[in-house]
Amino acid sequence: MAGDSLIRVSGLVRVFGATRVLAGVDLEVAPGEAVALLGANGAGKTTLLKILATVLRPTRGTATVGGYDCVREAEAVRGLVGLVAHGAHVYDELTALENLRFWTALAGQRRPPATLADALADVDLERFAHARVRTFSTGMKRRLALARLRLARPRVLLLDEPFTGLDQRARKWLEGALETHKAGGGALLMATHGLARDLTVADRLAVLAAGRVVLDTLRAGLGIDDVQRLYAAHAEEGP
Amino acid sequence: MTFARRTLTVAWKDLLVERRAKESLNALVFFSLLLLFLFQFALGPDRDRLQAVLPGALWLGFLLAGLLALGRAFQVERENDCWEALLLVPGDKSAIYLGKLVGSLVVMLVVEALVLALFTVFFNVDLAAAGAGLVLVVVLGTLGFAAVGTLFSAMTAHVRARELLFPVLLLPVLVPVLLATVEATAGLFRGEPIGAVSRWLGLLAAADVVYVVAGILTFDVILEG
Repeated sequence: MAGDSLIRVSGLVRVFGATRVLAGVDLEVAPGEAVALLGANGAGKTTLLKILATVLRPTRGTATVGGYDCVREAEAVRGLVGLVAHGAHVYDELTALENLRFWTALAGQRRPPATLADALADVDLERFAHARVRTFSTGMKRRLALARLRLARPRVLLLDEPFTGLDQRARKWLEGALETHKAGGGALLMATHGLARDLTVADRLAVLAAGRVVLDTLRAGLGIDDVQRLYAAHAEEGP
Repeated sequence: MTFARRTLTVAWKDLLVERRAKESLNALVFFSLLLLFLFQFALGPDRDRLQAVLPGALWLGFLLAGLLALGRAFQVERENDCWEALLLVPGDKSAIYLGKLVGSLVVMLVVEALVLALFTVFFNVDLAAAGAGLVLVVVLGTLGFAAVGTLFSAMTAHVRARELLFPVLLLPVLVPVLLATVEATAGLFRGEPIGAVSRWLGLLAAADVVYVVAGILTFDVILEG
């Protein structure tokens, strides 16, 4: 792995009460690289993403983003990462446009209304720009969260099930946006359960099981059958 | 982006959400109206008795309505995990605290203005005599209440027994504000000039400064959990 990895995780442990969710995770993601994080429910994929996003603190081990420590230099890390998790990070009583305006303003980004409208058009929400988010479906909220991420332009994307709830058009836009992100030197770590189309953007596959990365392999050359076989062989490993 | 702009952005968002949802405002107005009815039935028309208990009754109404409003201040941040997104926004988190404080303060002052207007009708008292002094006491008292209430609302937002814990934590800390507001209001209702209650106003102003500064200094830690 290159020495200038954007994401570097070493011996990461996270314990919730009596449950050891992460038990020594080692992982690196280089600039321009996308890694798909696979694993069964409860394998620790979301926990790992949240530690990298500085939402959670590790019990032991180190995690750095862009060379900054996720615990000691959390503010610097926050300037580099964009997280799309299960919650869409949007307010139900605001409209789609107002949500984008709020989050960009709070982050100190001055975006003209046309740029906000373009971001909504990218995710096929331009017709709903002035509709309150409480009328949105889960998929529409997810698209709005992605529009917010597009405006923030972070160097490192941390995505938890990014394709869930997206229709074909939004999915296609997201695939294109992620490829553009990689081409620009950005890194991408994406937790997913999808073993087919969700992985087209991934350069590497990392399988989490029993709190550790039990498989880390290049995706190139692997067909769907190969991925499913590898996943079945590794993802259900017990502690 | 300046600190002030971040503060106003959060306050604008909170007020817009409140204007549309009207969850706090409707509940507070109805609750305050109910309290006024209860006080009216309990106290009757005896002027001397009213004179003695009105300041306490007024601030009891403000306090109970405020507990409702402030207890909900961070509930909106729980929907769709917005709390998480607030944490991830780079920059000084105390601007978020001040924005939430301004939003709560405006909602509470609107409700209090309405309660004061109804107060004059229910108890047939002339609040105009208390005038600017009463406005000052209400604004300073509500600021102190909202400053510490916003902070404790954030602290208890993720606690399971938050409805119980929030007032238990808040009320002991609010004693200086409650003491000063009731004493100053009683003095003004007795027709004393504003200068006569200045020591209570001084205590209120000092408590406000302490609470707001404490909120600014500690909110970052609370948000990080």
